[in-house]
Order: sequence, then C-alpha cells, then structure tokens
Amino acid sequence: MDLASAKVIGAGLAAIGVGMAAIGVGNVFGSFLEGALRNPGAADGQQGRLFIGFAAAELLGLIAFVVAILILFVVK
Amino acid sequence: MAAEGSGIDPMHQFLVEPMFGQKLVLHGYDISFTNSALFMFVTAGLLWLFMLGGMQRKLVPGRWQAAVEGMTGFIMNMMQTNIGPEGKKFVPYIFSLFMFLLFANLIGLFPLGIVPGWHPFTVTSHISLTALLAFFSFGIVLVVGFWRHGLHFFSLFVPHGTPWYILIIVAPIEFVSFFVRPFSLGLRLFVAMTAGHILLDVFASFVVQGINSHTPLGALVSFLSMLMIVGVSALELLVAAIQAYVFALLTSLYLNDAINLH
Repeated sequence: MDLASAKVIGAGLAAIGVGMAAIGVGNVFGSFLEGALRNPGAADGQQGRLFIGFAAAELLGLIAFVVAILILFVVK
Repeated sequence: MAAEGSGIDPMHQFLVEPMFGQKLVLHGYDISFTNSALFMFVTAGLLWLFMLGGMQRKLVPGRWQAAVEGMTGFIMNMMQTNIGPEGKKFVPYIFSLFMFLLFANLIGLFPLGIVPGWHPFTVTSHISLTALLAFFSFGIVLVVGFWRHGLHFFSLFVPHGTPWYILIIVAPIEFVSFFVRPFSLGLRLFVAMTAGHILLDVFASFVVQGINSHTPLGALVSFLSMLMIVGVSALELLVAAIQAYVFALLTSLYLNDAINLH
C-alpha cells in the first residue's frame, strides 16, 4: 500500500472519533433532559454544568477532526 | 486532496491575504492589512455600534436597550453563579470576550458571497486569534491566582483530603490538566468554526456540481444538498452562539479556580 492511500484510510479511521463524540454529546443532553423532566425546578440551575459536560465531550471529537485534517493536509 | 478534480477547494475560504494588492513588509515581517484584520475591525465596529445604541439610561428600556441589558445581565448572572460576588470585577473582560467572539462567529456566517468577488472571513476560524484570546484568559488566571494567594496558589494541584500515595499520581495529572487549558480552550473554538465552514463549503460544491452535470440525478443531489445547507446553516448559528458561550463559561470557571482555589 502506498502512502497516499494509507493517508486516506488513516484519516477515515480518525473520523470515527467524531462519531464517538456525537454519542458522548447526545448522552450529555439526553441525561440532562431525563433529569430535567423529573425535576424541572432544578433544571435551570444546572445549565452551566450542562455546557461544561457538552464542551468536554465535544472537545475530543474536535481533536479527532484535527487529527484527520493533519493526516490529510500536513503529513507528507 | 479532498477536492481533487472538483475545482472547488473548501480550504480556500480560510486564506489570509493582503487587502490591497501587494504585501507590506517591514524588517522582514509581513505587516500588510489582511482580510482577517478587516473583519476584526468590522466585528469591533459593529459591536461598538450595538453597545452605543443600547447604552441609554431610560427607566423603561426600549428594544435596543433591552437587548444590550439582556446581554450584560446574562454575563453578570453567569459570573455571579460561577464565581460569587467577587466575579463582578471580571465582568468587563468576560463580556468583551463573549460579545467579540459572538459577533465574529456570526459575521463569518453572514451571506456576503451574494456580492460577486466578496466573501465573509471568519476570524475565529484561525488558531492565531483563538489561541491569543485563550492565552489572555490563562494569563489573567495566573496573575489573579498568584496575586491573591501567593505561592499558596500551587495548592490547586493538591485536592483536599487526598492520601499522599494517591497524590503522587493525582498531582501530575492536575498539573497537566491545568496547563492544557489554554490549548483546549483555543482549539475548541477554532476547530468548531473551521469544521462548520468546511461542511457548508462541501455541500455548496455539491449543489454546483449537481447543476453542472445536467442530469436528473444531479438535479436531485443539488436539491437535497441545498436543503442540507439550510439545515446546517441553522445549526451553525446555534454552534456560533454556543461556542462563544462555552469560551466565556470556561474562562469564568478557570477564574473561579484562581479566586476561590478548590
């Protein structure tokens, strides 16, 4: 296998991480909604924590995206 | 490589180029006025106009004043819940940060491409800007932390009540997680904006290529891609607001660490 095709396959594998982050972000919002529907009065006070969890889960997906871009455009 | 043979390069929109023809070089440094600088000025100008129109002292606020007061109240409320009464001192910084990022993100999505030869430039899609802002935030955290607590600030790396044998593992982890903060803060905003704009550009190229193919299937692809662009644009508006909010929120949390320790 030559380097060009290996690069494309590697970038595709790195892109799996973006999908994994989608599961994580969905989990964050899903769990929040589950709790918020049980106790709507406490939901507004937890919005900051919701976005912290969202940011932490999303960051790893974004890093996977960066890795894919680096493999495609930077690695020679 | 991604756009091979299509003639449309999704990375071209991020090119920083001088506005007026040739480059301006001083002592080997390129100091020309670029499109990035222009859009930073546009962002700052619009922000200035927005604040100017709303900074009145009417007892019953009009629409504009209510919009500005809503924004300031939102940030003050966030600082109050995250830091406490001492957070009030940092409201000007966090507010400027949030509003600048919000305006920059939204201006990057503005459909300026309707005018031939123009295209909007998202200043936040470059790590040079987002990393600079992240290092500002990190620098303020360091200065405030050492100013208030002196060398006691290092107790940030030592959580309360940890046995010493676990501390050998936990302290380095806390240390690394502290110093990764500016990088993750800058990277998050930059990649989120870049990824969204690449996605929009790729779907836009599908529309153009579908029309150019002159086949029924091409027309179908064009139509579906157009619908997708509308949906993704709406999502990108949401992401632009959320990323600005997350940047401000995480900065306030890091400030809370520096002010109140653990």
